[in-house]
Amino acid sequence: MSGKPKLHYFNGRGRMESIRWLLAAAGVEFEECFLETKDDLTKLQKDGSLLFQQVPMVEIDGMKMVQTRAIGNYISAKYNLYGKDLKERALIDMYVEGIIDLNELLMSHTFQPADKKEQHFATLVDKATNRYFPVFEKVLKDHGQDFLVGNRFSRADVQLLETLLMAEECKPDILAKFPLLQSFKARISNVPTIKKFLQPGSQRKPPIQEKDIPRVMKIFH
Amino acid sequence: MSGKPRLTYFNGRGRMEPVRWLLAVADVEFEEVFLETKEQYEKLIKDGVLMFQQVPLVEIDGMKMVQTRAILSYIAGKYNLYGKDLKERALIDMYVEGITDLMQMILMFPFSPPEAKEKNLDSIKDRATNRYFPVFEKVLKQHGQDFLVGNKFSWADVQLIEAILAVEEKVPAVLSGFPQLQAFKKRISNMPTVKKFLQPGSARKPPPDERYTENVLKVLMT
Repeated sequence: MSGKPKLHYFNGRGRMESIRWLLAAAGVEFEECFLETKDDLTKLQKDGSLLFQQVPMVEIDGMKMVQTRAIGNYISAKYNLYGKDLKERALIDMYVEGIIDLNELLMSHTFQPADKKEQHFATLVDKATNRYFPVFEKVLKDHGQDFLVGNRFSRADVQLLETLLMAEECKPDILAKFPLLQSFKARISNVPTIKKFLQPGSQRKPPIQEKDIPRVMKIFH
Repeated sequence: MSGKPRLTYFNGRGRMEPVRWLLAVADVEFEEVFLETKEQYEKLIKDGVLMFQQVPLVEIDGMKMVQTRAILSYIAGKYNLYGKDLKERALIDMYVEGITDLMQMILMFPFSPPEAKEKNLDSIKDRATNRYFPVFEKVLKQHGQDFLVGNKFSWADVQLIEAILAVEEKVPAVLSGFPQLQAFKKRISNMPTVKKFLQPGSARKPPPDERYTENVLKVLMT
């Protein structure tokens, strides 16, 4: 047993990507076990390894953790990415939950049927630029600090960067009206652990391609 | 200013109900503002009070908190319902997230089209009986304690009792194969603050009806 956290998921972003980001940001090495067929998932379910029969599952500190948020919370607290007190935690949680909502919109775009894609794209861009980005642009403007909460690198910064990059993959100029988010993006991308994660050869996963969707769906359905 | 937390939401369960449960069980009095018109909602947005232009909103300890999970985590942390250390917290989080997935099905149910309702009800019954309730039945059986985590009342117990009662409203005999959960339900229902919340006249909201769903759609639809 290596002692490193072990991630169980399919070889793609999905719901595990934000966990990979957090571990990488915290400088924690981890192993990955990829589900490739339905049998791989069934085996884990039969083993009793999956509390609610679902992945993500992360083996960490003697636990078989499931539920993305629970895993994210544990890693953030363990590696001091969760603020210094209850109130900073509350702010981080609010920001992260908003970011997760935007993330879900971005992630679901590739899975939209052809006749819904255009409408979905319009919704996505509208929500990103009118509901979510303005919040974080304002937060950064109001306090003028490098990080979102408590003048210190936290989970909120990691998750925001992840989402900004994903949004740009959808629409390259999506940050055009958000100068502070652009400088945030540059700044956080240069945090050493993040910089490393953004380089080729890291465990960061590429966006899922349409041709891969049937194969992934087969694992889960 | 009263100092009491103030909840802004529709006059019904929805996403605010777990917050009402948690505050009530922690014996914290709170006030409620009910959204009845689109104009009210638009004013809240214009006033900049809703961080992501959404409710629930809970004004507590000088913060205007949004996002249900953020609100619940804060309350649980503040009122010692979140375990004694990181590992107990992890267990509570896992249990709460699983239960939330089940509650999400119940939350969306009133808004599903009539032709989908039977299938959705079957899904709720199936998931409760085959995925979620067996987990908690086993947890209680294995440690033989009164509460899910750390031999101490926590957010996980509150979330579970809420879910059990909500599923029972739709599937009355759902606990028939779960003796531990039946005993758990009885035991937790008898705790003084829970008992009080379950009595008529408390802040607990009734199951959603057509008036509720119409109100929500009227306020939120552009």
